[in-house]
Amino acid sequence: MSTSKPLSLCEWSCQIYDYPANRQKRQLSWEEVSDHPLKPLVVTVIESRVTRRTLGGSTTSSTGSSTPTPTLESLAAALEGTDPLTHFARQEMDPLSKMAADMWEPVPTDQRKSKDALLDDVIEPWATRKSAILNKFTTSEKLSIVTSFLSGGEKVVVKAQSSVVDKVKNRLEQLDDFEEGSVRQMMDLTQQEYMHRIEQLNQELVQAWNHDQRVKALKIAIQCSKLLVDTSVIQFYPSKFVLITDILDIFGKLVYDRLRTKAEYYIPGSKTPTSLPESFTPDMVPESAKETCRNWFYKIASIRELVPRLYVEMAILKSYSFLTSSEFSQALLRLTRMIRGIGDPLVAVYAHCYLCRVGMAVTTGDREYIKENFYDFVASYNQLFSPSVRAELNRQKVDLSTYLTLYTPALDWILQGVAANAPEKLLVEILTRCKEKCNNSALLLNTIMAAFKPSYIAARALQFIEMVSACDEEGFPQYLLFRTLGLCLALADPPAEHRLQILNDVWRVVSRLTDAGHYVSCAEVWIQFAVRHFSSREVNTFLGDIIRHMTPERAYEHHYPQLQAVVNKVLTHTRDFESLFTMDKFLPLLDLFQKESIKVEVCKSIMDAFTHNNVQQEPTNDPVIINALMFICRVMHDSVNALTVDDEKRQIGNLISGFVKKVDYGRDFEQQLSFYVEARSAFPNLDSVHAQLVQSVNRLSVETRRIVKGHHTRKTAAFVRACAAYCYITIPSITSVQTRLELYLLSGEVALLNQCLGQVDACLKAALSLVPGLPRTIEVDGKQRSSEPYLISYLCHFLSTLLVVPDSPEQGVLYLTRGLLNVLQQYAWEPTSNARCVVYLHVLDMLSAAAQETYLYHIEKVDSNDILYGSDPKFISEINKMCSVLLEEILSHLKYLNTNEQFQKQASLAMDLFARVVIRGDLKEPSMTTLAINLWNLAHRHGHIDPKLSARTLEYLKKKSMQPGGNLYADLVKKLHMQTS
Amino acid sequence: MAINLDIRVKKANKVYHEGEKITGVILVHSGSDVKHDGISLTMEGTVNLQLSAKNVGIFEAFYNSVKPIQLVSCTLDVASPGKIPAGKTEIPFEFPLTPRPNRTLYETYHGVFVNIQYLLRCEMKRNFLAKDLLKVAEFIVEYKASSYEKAVPHPVNFSITPESLHNVKDKGRIPRFLVTGHLDSTMCCVTKPFTGELIVEHCEVPIKSVELQLVRVETCGCAEGYARDATEIQNIQIGEGNVPCGMAIPIYMIFPRLFTCPTLSTSNFKVEFEVNIVVIFQDDHLITENFPVVLTRY
Repeated sequence: MSTSKPLSLCEWSCQIYDYPANRQKRQLSWEEVSDHPLKPLVVTVIESRVTRRTLGGSTTSSTGSSTPTPTLESLAAALEGTDPLTHFARQEMDPLSKMAADMWEPVPTDQRKSKDALLDDVIEPWATRKSAILNKFTTSEKLSIVTSFLSGGEKVVVKAQSSVVDKVKNRLEQLDDFEEGSVRQMMDLTQQEYMHRIEQLNQELVQAWNHDQRVKALKIAIQCSKLLVDTSVIQFYPSKFVLITDILDIFGKLVYDRLRTKAEYYIPGSKTPTSLPESFTPDMVPESAKETCRNWFYKIASIRELVPRLYVEMAILKSYSFLTSSEFSQALLRLTRMIRGIGDPLVAVYAHCYLCRVGMAVTTGDREYIKENFYDFVASYNQLFSPSVRAELNRQKVDLSTYLTLYTPALDWILQGVAANAPEKLLVEILTRCKEKCNNSALLLNTIMAAFKPSYIAARALQFIEMVSACDEEGFPQYLLFRTLGLCLALADPPAEHRLQILNDVWRVVSRLTDAGHYVSCAEVWIQFAVRHFSSREVNTFLGDIIRHMTPERAYEHHYPQLQAVVNKVLTHTRDFESLFTMDKFLPLLDLFQKESIKVEVCKSIMDAFTHNNVQQEPTNDPVIINALMFICRVMHDSVNALTVDDEKRQIGNLISGFVKKVDYGRDFEQQLSFYVEARSAFPNLDSVHAQLVQSVNRLSVETRRIVKGHHTRKTAAFVRACAAYCYITIPSITSVQTRLELYLLSGEVALLNQCLGQVDACLKAALSLVPGLPRTIEVDGKQRSSEPYLISYLCHFLSTLLVVPDSPEQGVLYLTRGLLNVLQQYAWEPTSNARCVVYLHVLDMLSAAAQETYLYHIEKVDSNDILYGSDPKFISEINKMCSVLLEEILSHLKYLNTNEQFQKQASLAMDLFARVVIRGDLKEPSMTTLAINLWNLAHRHGHIDPKLSARTLEYLKKKSMQPGGNLYADLVKKLHMQTS
Repeated sequence: MAINLDIRVKKANKVYHEGEKITGVILVHSGSDVKHDGISLTMEGTVNLQLSAKNVGIFEAFYNSVKPIQLVSCTLDVASPGKIPAGKTEIPFEFPLTPRPNRTLYETYHGVFVNIQYLLRCEMKRNFLAKDLLKVAEFIVEYKASSYEKAVPHPVNFSITPESLHNVKDKGRIPRFLVTGHLDSTMCCVTKPFTGELIVEHCEVPIKSVELQLVRVETCGCAEGYARDATEIQNIQIGEGNVPCGMAIPIYMIFPRLFTCPTLSTSNFKVEFEVNIVVIFQDDHLITENFPVVLTRY
């Protein structure tokens, strides 16, 4: 420890290199490659082959023979195992609906699979419709439930079952509980409570099942389906249907699964029974399982009431596959006919709907029964307007049009099944049938338009318009029909020659709609048609019409989402923004959004469309667009306040920055700069925009220099100075210190490039004065990290710039470097960290570079210190003095580390300093050599240095000693060897 | 120490025909060794007739019930007195199903006044300290395919109008209506559904429900004559609420097992069936049309 004394007595002297002699290009050896190094290593072809082989070996030949392209199949199989994303995508459903959905999964024979896949593309899955129905059909009326299975009064029988008599009595009591007498009616339930109760019933059912109380489970299922007879709160009926059929689905699945697993099936050649495989045929089912299955159906067949009997049988329809394989189509037709017995048309149509749903899951090819279901509805269509229905509606105070919309979910589902992949002539057939039976019913037209392929509808658009216009006012709302038609036409284009007539015909009716809500729901759909097929003149008229309808009585206030959709549709289908803003109705349309948050949303989507949809487009300089977008951006910007969340700010900032980047006036630099000035004043609150502006101005400045090729005229010189000034004034308004630091340095560099020395000084000084304000921690990738590594790298960057910055005549030698050192001195570093000394080491590097006769790099047309001072000895000694001070600082830190016993740090720092001394220092000075040796010793004293590193260092020094004039190094190496050995 | 006695016949559905052999096992399940004084198995088939109180008076009904008719009776000693080791023991058995002389085997039928039942009764005799164990299992007898008449389709058309009604007190209060339809056959196989169609052509008042009622008609002969009783077996709704006019509503009913059997007519008793079509109006007035049906096994 005492040997550290001689370290402190040392004067630094820089070694002066002969750069031009040493300067030769060094290059790593090149190697030509034929492949991208980052490409995945797996070669798929080989893998698939391997997979196929294992498949063939492990299973019977059925897989190979039934699939026409085994290679593809096995490739998919190989992929299936490796792609976790697809797996997740499949598991998106919640467990309940998954359970229900699982039930309807097709039997996985190959043929079926392909067919189903085809159908699945066309038929929207029930799960997605379910939530839509639940959201749409709600009520605030009070509901009631009749059941005997819910708590809230269930008699709890707690009795020690000691004797047989007691047991019997207990059972009888339980039986009584299920009898009609103990059925409780729960009145006055809100919708939430009602749904909760149904969920309770659901759990009760599953629980009863799991406790082997299958009769109870069946009874719950029956009671649930009984609830579907009740149409007392009619608006809620579709949702009720969804809730209850969920329970029934689960019941059906439970029955089916139990039958399958309980069936003792003997695999040919095996003695031990197992449960049936997933895909079984009826002749594999043992007699006992068939008997159980028959018992279920016998039991259900004896249910007294029609609706529960139908629903429960439908629920367990799948279990027919235990008995025969051909029963389905017969059973489906029979059930279809039996539904005719349901008098209430709403109850009937939903029963049809459930049947079709169940049917689609059990059969694949045959869809005749669905058509049958639909025609049954058509046949009983007049029932909808029967006096008894009207009386009921009057009683519940529901108008006819609301009542008719209750039919749409069920009808849509049924007809969708009919229409999936159906030929065009079926549409004609159904249309004529509807015309005959129900005289152009609007309800049916709506469903037909929704279900059939849009292209069929589009081809007959005019015919449909005629039919829709002919629909009588009473009943199903006409505007919905136009809306549906519009949706069809959005997906498929009608013949070109009809388009104008279509729009005119439709709009003649729609523009006469008085209810703003009805009007806007049509407009929302039809705007797409207009935007896609017509020029901006027509679209403009359209928008004008919308404004005209939405303005009275501030109707727009209630229809923001629809109006927003209108704007979005216009945006997605408009390719050039010029025509958009030349429409004189577009900006007034925006004025309809008077609620701040909505308006900002809309502005955001406009800007988003501008920056993203127009990627291929050139930057803009159209004053109309720029003005309009400025206005929109200002709206977004003005919405930012102290309460705005960071993410929102970031979004808006990005959008505005995107806009700033898009504006380009080409060679008109003055105009460009004045745009930036305007932008700065317009968006004073967003850091990211300011940063973008500074970047853009710097870019502009560099661009100017490029054009004049470095030879600034007076005018361009003034312009780049103006740019530098712009940056200098703009940066302070940014809050983030880090951003400011970077921008100052960047602006300084750009100013230097443009020979604006005064601005360079100002920027760099400003940067230096900011360094103490840098927060201790900064956010990197969303985590708080110490800012030290960042600061070190920043300062290194700064130093490399400083090398070429010429000293100002008014200031002393290297005054900026001195300033930097002062800042370093005062900066509150972590006491034990080496950071300050690391920076000092870099300053040593920089200073020794500054001592050279000619510097390694220069800025064109800027005289750096090497030219200013011409290696004046005074300048060199000044540098040496500074180095000595730094050296002393470092040495004292080494000592400090020693006293704190931070030997690891001490060793690495000493080693680093050793390298500096040996490379940068002038070893002709004996004191430097001594210093080097001492440092070497210090580094090795506690054995914290990697021996390989020291070996390599010695190697390097030896190599140096071979070179001409290397005898100094040879001496040093000799001494070092002595020390180490 | 519970002893479990069980009878398992080989057929899962427990259906046997005349002349067949009933095979199965007696299952003894016990935690410890069981000493017994013999196990016997009895097969018996009986017709139980009960006179209804309505026809003969309550006391006669109680005391004067007709003696059961034994159709088949047969006893086997399955095991002689001894010991059965702990655990599960299976003792196989086999009976030929043949009627007693001069008797025929009727199908199993569970009714109100007539009951035709076939039982296997297993009894384990034990010494006087322990209770004897008894286990009874029912099996089902059906006619053989060859031996009995087959159902011949016998379609019936019907039309119900106010004019066709009998038993009406006040003709004026009857609403005008017309219900037509047809039954595919009044002679049906019990394993096949009862089918047909019903159309409400028009109706003045709303309908509440349309139902099918299956009725058994049991006749018991006794010294004083005979008693004939009609009781409901099941009631199946085929139309719920105000059914649409002019649409053919299917008539569809599955005959419940055990409670129905082929129509039976013997010297002592008769079992016959009828179907009622019931239309109930909103005001709870109802009209009924009655159809006697003949049931067959095949």
